[in-house]
Amino acid sequence: MNSPLLQLDKVTIRFGGLTAVSAVDLLIGANELIGLIGPNGAGKTTVFNLITGVYQATEGKITFSGQPTPGLKPHELTKLGIARTFQNIRLFASMSVFDNVRTAAALHHSHGVRSALWRGPAFREGEQTIEKQVMELLDIFDLGKFREEPAKCMPYGSQRRLEIVRALATKPKLLLLDEPAAGMNPTEKIELTRLIRFIKDKFQIAVLLVEHDMQVVMGICERIAVLDYGVKIAEGTPAEVRANPKVIEAYLGD
Amino acid sequence: MTHSSTKRMLVIALMTVTLASLCTHWFNRYYVGVAIDIGINIILAVSLNLINGHTGQFSLGHAGFMAVGGYTTAKFALVMQPILPTWLQPVIFIAGLLLGGLMAAAAGLAVGVPSLRLRGDYLAIVTLGFGEIIRVIFQNTESLGAATGLTGIPAWTNFGWAWGGAAVTVFVVASLVNSTYGRGFIAVHDDEVAAGASGVNPVRYKVTAFVIGSFFAGIAGGLYAHHKSFLSPTGFDFMKSIDIVVMVILGGMGRTAGVIIAAVLVTVLPEFLRGMAEYRMIIYSLLIIGLMIARPQGLFSFGKLGRTKA
Ligand SMILES: Nc1ncnc2c1ncn2[C@@H]1O[C@H](COP(=O)(O)OP(=O)(O)O)[C@@H](O)[C@H]1O
Ligand SMILES: [Mg+2]
Repeated sequence: MNSPLLQLDKVTIRFGGLTAVSAVDLLIGANELIGLIGPNGAGKTTVFNLITGVYQATEGKITFSGQPTPGLKPHELTKLGIARTFQNIRLFASMSVFDNVRTAAALHHSHGVRSALWRGPAFREGEQTIEKQVMELLDIFDLGKFREEPAKCMPYGSQRRLEIVRALATKPKLLLLDEPAAGMNPTEKIELTRLIRFIKDKFQIAVLLVEHDMQVVMGICERIAVLDYGVKIAEGTPAEVRANPKVIEAYLGD
Repeated sequence: MTHSSTKRMLVIALMTVTLASLCTHWFNRYYVGVAIDIGINIILAVSLNLINGHTGQFSLGHAGFMAVGGYTTAKFALVMQPILPTWLQPVIFIAGLLLGGLMAAAAGLAVGVPSLRLRGDYLAIVTLGFGEIIRVIFQNTESLGAATGLTGIPAWTNFGWAWGGAAVTVFVVASLVNSTYGRGFIAVHDDEVAAGASGVNPVRYKVTAFVIGSFFAGIAGGLYAHHKSFLSPTGFDFMKSIDIVVMVILGGMGRTAGVIIAAVLVTVLPEFLRGMAEYRMIIYSLLIIGLMIARPQGLFSFGKLGRTKA
């Protein structure tokens, strides 16, 4: 692996007396597909919140693209190239499907209050560029037909997909997916697996996949880290992780 | 609304207003006065709607920012009028209005930055306090007339100025919200965490909405001062802020057209109910409770996505 895209160095966070994440190390290289698994409450979502600046680590260091990230706000980290989805879908409920993605696509366009009021040629050109980008993205993920629908009115599976599209619209280098398979039936899970692999190849980005469901992760991840009670108890290829007695115990004890 | 048509609509609106204002002397002065009140209230409601509706914050101090603008504009005119020639009056008026707007915006920045950094409903509490503090300050400032108020403000606000101001306010808020940049306001309203994850800086958007909203509250205050010719601190009390909040809620938070209609209603209704002024708050409360039950999306909102079509 060349210099890592994301590096967690003994990252710890405590909420009062509870150590939710305890001295976790993690390396992710460019264009890698890494799984993060563990029983409910193991600290997976908390790791995401640490990486994306929602929480600040109590101890330890996080580095993204060679830049230490402590103190950076979520929107700043998004600008640096970290995008995410949420375990409980968080779409912009009062917006159309199109506008959900448009909001995120605005990140790399420098239009502000003044151009929105003046509405000159540069503004209109910028709006058209963004609209084109958004439509392309929606079409790739087969959401074009929902374009003007309110996001909250779409079927559940499509909402999950839209959240991924919104994240991709920020042009990330690293995409964090928090239990994207939750609530899906087996067929949808297979479809999702294909989608994740497609995203990694098409956009050439790294993916960190949090999943409660071992089956999904085993199928596509190149490497898997296992959390239990905030501690990383194992890391390796799917085959290594599956054979690890500590992992078996954590999952059986679940 | 397409991108260029908003600007064209502003031009049409301003021309209509100018024409209409040339005809106002044919009408009863009382009605023209009410029409001016309506214009000023549209400015207040539409600008508060940017903060409370589109961006989903909760300000309870719009009357405070209106007061800052009103007193600034009025004092500026009272100081400048005697020393400048008469033909400069419109210049004094416009400069005074802008100055009032800017002072209110500055106050908005000072109030907004510390309270909007925090999550939760601090803004409601802070703006509530701000409104009261501003009122007490004006009440005790001798040079601003203290408790008796500021009198002799030239009556320069006519129908054209009030409704022209309303047209500009509607244009600014609608143009902002109907742009890719402006989706950020609605994103913050819908979900701050998701907004941050999508690259939207929630604090920046909240402060921007708050400062722009305060600016227009200041302009409305200036127009009000030059409409009534008289300013007293009691005119900007908590009840005035509530009036504006009621317009926004009745109109359906974040729906510009609905808020305009609600501003008209809330201005006109008390004129009909003059005899029952003390029941106004009860009537408002009943109206809002009824609305929550019957039409939670606002009185005048239609369609699935009314909010985004400002
Ligand atoms: N903001 C918070 N305050 C207090 N405790 C928290 C907070 N966030 C997470 N936790 C706790 O951290 C632990 C890990 O939670 P989480 O990361 O959501 O687990 P997972 O995503 O692996 O199911 C849980 O015990 C949870 O209650
Ligand atoms: Mg979780």
